Amino acid sequence: MSKEKIKISEDLYDIMPSDYQDLVKSATYGKEDRGWKDIGNSKELIEQHSLCAGCPESMAFRYILASLPNPEDTVMVGSTGCTSLVFPMVAVHNIHSLFGNQNAIASGLKRALSVRFPGRTKDVVVLAGDGATVDIGLDMTLQAWFRQEKFTTICFDNELYANTGGQESGLMQKGFVAKMAPVGKLFDKVRLPEIARESGCHYVIQCTVSKPSLVEKVVRNAVMIAREIGPTYLQLYTPCILEIGKNSMEGLQEMRDSEKPTERFAYREYISEPAKQLLAEISAKDKEKKAAAKQLASQGA
Amino acid sequence: MTQYRVLPGPEHFLPPSAASMGICLPDPGEAHINGVIVPEEKAYEEAAKQFLMAKVPTLFPGPLVLWAWNEKAAKKATAIRHLYNTIKECVQPGQTPMLIPMPDYRPKYPKINPEVEINPNHPNLTIWHNKIDCCMFIGVHCHQANLSLKIIRGGTSCYTIAMCAQAGHEDAMLSFRDASVEKIMKLADAVKRLKGTVKPRLTSAKNGA
Repeated sequence: MSKEKIKISEDLYDIMPSDYQDLVKSATYGKEDRGWKDIGNSKELIEQHSLCAGCPESMAFRYILASLPNPEDTVMVGSTGCTSLVFPMVAVHNIHSLFGNQNAIASGLKRALSVRFPGRTKDVVVLAGDGATVDIGLDMTLQAWFRQEKFTTICFDNELYANTGGQESGLMQKGFVAKMAPVGKLFDKVRLPEIARESGCHYVIQCTVSKPSLVEKVVRNAVMIAREIGPTYLQLYTPCILEIGKNSMEGLQEMRDSEKPTERFAYREYISEPAKQLLAEISAKDKEKKAAAKQLASQGA
Repeated sequence: MTQYRVLPGPEHFLPPSAASMGICLPDPGEAHINGVIVPEEKAYEEAAKQFLMAKVPTLFPGPLVLWAWNEKAAKKATAIRHLYNTIKECVQPGQTPMLIPMPDYRPKYPKINPEVEINPNHPNLTIWHNKIDCCMFIGVHCHQANLSLKIIRGGTSCYTIAMCAQAGHEDAMLSFRDASVEKIMKLADAVKRLKGTVKPRLTSAKNGA
C-alpha cells in the first residue's frame, strides 16, 4: 500500500461507507509526527473492536496503531488469540498466521518486501498473545531472533489463554489458579525479556499499556531499531479482566498496580549499544528539526 | 458435455462449484449464460433483459474500481456510474436499482450494515435485506467473487452476473470476460436499446428477496 493508492474513485465516492471516506480524509497516514495524541483528532486506524468491554488489549491496539511511524508501509502479522478478532477492523495491512507461526511468516515477509521494494522502507510488526509467542510459537520466536531478522515482535501478555476459557500459559505467574487450570501454576513465569536479550534482540521492553506516551515511545523506538539494526521485542501487560475476576472499569487500575517498582510488570528495558547510538542520532535529528521549525516560526512572526 | 446448468438458487447450503460440475469458462469474444457458452453479443442482450426485468437490479462494484489505484480503474468507475444511471432511466416505476459497494474483503464483525455495503463473506445478508433479485459483480478480485457467487447461489434466488476482468466466472449465471470500459458502456447501450420491451417482474423472487 502507498498513500497514492488510498484514493476513492470520484464517480463512486458518494456510495462508499463513511468510515472509508474518513480514512482517506482524516487518517494520519504519512504524518511524520503521528502519535497517541492524534486519537480523537483524526480517524483512527482501528474502526471498532470485538473484544470484551473494557479490555486493556483494545487500549493497547489503539495506542500501537496511533504510534506506528509508517503505517502505510507496514505489514502486521498476527496469530490466533484475542488479537486475531481485532485485525479485520484494522486499516493496516495484516496477515493472520497459523498459531505460533507468526515470527516465521514475518521473517519471510520482511525478506520478500526488501527484495520487492528495494528503495522503500517497509516495516513488519508481529503482534501476538503470550500463548503464540512463548508457548506454541517459542521455536519460531527464538529462531527469528537468532537469525537477527529485522522486525519487531510485540507480545500482548495477559498471562493465560484468554479466549479459550483460561488455560495455563508459560507467562502465567507462579501459583495462579485459572478457570481451566485449577491446580495452580507450578513453575515461574517464563522470563522472555531476558531470553530475548540473550537471543540477540537489540531493544527489549517490558511494561504495561497504562501510559499512552510510554507505549508510543517504545513502539516507535522498536520499529526504528528493527528497521536499521535487528530484532526488537516488546512485552506489554494487557490483563484479561474476565479471567482475573475484575470488572470492565478495573483494567487500567490493574495495570497501574502491576507496574509498581516491586511488581512483576515494573518497567524494564534493555538497549544494545548500536541501538543506543541509533536512538541518540534520531533524537539529535528531532531536536534539529524542532529548532529549525521554531526558528522559522519566529522569523514568520 | 455436462447437463448441469448454473441457475438461480437456492441450490442448497453448500452448492457444488460450477467448475466441478463441468462448466467451462468462455474464450475471448464469448460469454456464458447458465453455463452455456454463447457469443458475447447475446450475453449483453440477456444481461440487459435481466436488469430490466428485476425488481431491484443492483451493481456491486468492488475494490478494483472503487479505489482509483490507476487511471483505468477511475475510468471504469465512471462507466459503472453511467451504467447505473442508464438502468435507473430505463426501469419502470416500482423497480428500484441500487449501487452498493464492496469496499474490501475483511470479515465485518460484529455486524455489517447491509444497506450500505456488501461483504464477500456473507453477501446473502445484503441480498436478503435489500430484496435484490438481479446483481452484477464488477471490480471484485476473482477468488472473492467466486466465494460470493457461490454463497448467493446457495442461499438466495438472486440472478448473478459477473463482469470479470480476467477469464470469467463459472459460478455466475451470466459471465462476461476481459471487462473493459467499452464493454460496460456496451452493456449500458443494450439496456437503453431494450427499454420498454421487457416486462418487469411484479413480485420479487421467492427466496432472494
